[in-house]
Amino acid sequence: MQCDHCGERPAAIHLTQIVNNAVTQVHLCETCAAEKGVHTSASIAKFPLSDFLATLGKATPKTEAGGEAAEPCSFCGATLADFRETGRLGCPHCYTTFEHHLRDLLRRLHGSSQHVGEVYLPPGGGARDARHTLVDLRDQLRRAVEAENFELAAELRDRIRVLE
Amino acid sequence: MTLDLHLLPDGGIGWADASGPDGHIVLSSRIRLARNLLGMPFTIRADAAEHEVVLDHVTAAARETPELADAPLVRVDRLERAERQLLYERHLISRELAGLDQGGIVRRGAALVVSGDLGVMINEEDHLRLQSLRSGFALPEAYAALERLDTGLGHRLAFAFHPEFGYLTACPTNAGTGLRASVLIHLPGLVLTKEIAKVLQGLSQVGLTFRGLYGEGSEVVGNFFQLSNQTTLGKSEEDLLDQLVKIVRQVIEYEEEARRVLRRDAPALIEDKIWRAYGLLRHARLLSFEEGMNLLSGVRLGAGLNLITDVGVYTLNKLMIFTQPAHLAHQSGRALTDPDLPALRAAFVRRLLEDDAHRRGGGAPEAT
Repeated sequence: MQCDHCGERPAAIHLTQIVNNAVTQVHLCETCAAEKGVHTSASIAKFPLSDFLATLGKATPKTEAGGEAAEPCSFCGATLADFRETGRLGCPHCYTTFEHHLRDLLRRLHGSSQHVGEVYLPPGGGARDARHTLVDLRDQLRRAVEAENFELAAELRDRIRVLE
Repeated sequence: MTLDLHLLPDGGIGWADASGPDGHIVLSSRIRLARNLLGMPFTIRADAAEHEVVLDHVTAAARETPELADAPLVRVDRLERAERQLLYERHLISRELAGLDQGGIVRRGAALVVSGDLGVMINEEDHLRLQSLRSGFALPEAYAALERLDTGLGHRLAFAFHPEFGYLTACPTNAGTGLRASVLIHLPGLVLTKEIAKVLQGLSQVGLTFRGLYGEGSEVVGNFFQLSNQTTLGKSEEDLLDQLVKIVRQVIEYEEEARRVLRRDAPALIEDKIWRAYGLLRHARLLSFEEGMNLLSGVRLGAGLNLITDVGVYTLNKLMIFTQPAHLAHQSGRALTDPDLPALRAAFVRRLLEDDAHRRGGGAPEAT
């Protein structure tokens, strides 16, 4: 079977997508899959943290991230260079400061950057928390749709309906 | 400060009593959750005063949480090196928390709260590492207990959580669920049939990984492997656990099949290996830890195959724990560097095996 995208190389990755209740099969070769940001467990194993850290900041993507790299975290002062050196972030706020880089890294490490496990509600009032959760879930839904992760999007939509 | 082991419930080794499911192959099941406090720098970027603040917050929350209300607090940072190593050998604290890495410096505020099979390491790489340790193959049970503890602490502390990235951790390899589940599994059959490389290679294909006896960065000793999930983000806690359980069950089946093959195709060879190991342990006068572990692996295989009936799995587990350097030094009142440790180790092993053989009626099953 050939790759649906390039039509040249043999398809190695077979995806099932559900869009508007219609099931479609997509067959991609490893190269095209990587270009589309699809990470398989085999490709995850090929991108350990150290490899990523070695390239971090050197081959900065040609996006707004170029400016991001120079800015230290406003909470703890950690920089991307610190992260490269230690492999550890400085504080929880670093995840917001270096969001662009980290989303890419997390996808390489885990195959996804979207948490689907338990949702944590910090101590506080219940009603307020439910509203916050709804806002969070809608935000997650938007990201999932943007990332064309339709399986997750469907799950998030169900969770939002329950809360609503 | 001197460590009083009597303060620890079960001496902290309830997980080694071999009472759990598949106890002859799976020694223990462990789950840990990484959590950090909102508004604080991560441990390696925090200073000593901030480490103390984290410690105060976490211990106050632990006292109000039913699961840890009566749990003793062990200030790891106030222990001698040998005592820290002892907790590490008991799998209660990590190498990092014990300050056993290069330089041997223990971090200010490094502490452990432990009650039964639940515990929290404080000021590890993450502010909190909640852990649950069970005997045998019992991951769902371990998680159920840990989830209650996580909920209890999460009500009293504000954890760092992000709607997209989940629980935020110092190292992105732990972000999301922060969950690392592992089993300590004994695979001599797969090692002897040389199938182990294939099995371990297969693990990485399904998002799992393996480590040595003491977890990350440690060597494989005595055919013991720690199998665990590699990824922590993009899958729910249940899915991560389900997958590990499924794969471990498969690995247990492979191991049992390898043992059947060994007995069928090379019975004399395998029996000889097992009885030689037992003979050496019953009579040796000097034993290094590594040699002892490798021989214990052979005897454990013999017990699993029912070839050796005068030693129980619990005794073998106890031997594994108490022949480690810090344990041996502690119980004999010697220093870690004492040159007599190999002789003391051999004497201890002989005594426990002899006691067990007497208690169990002694002798091997009749040759057929």
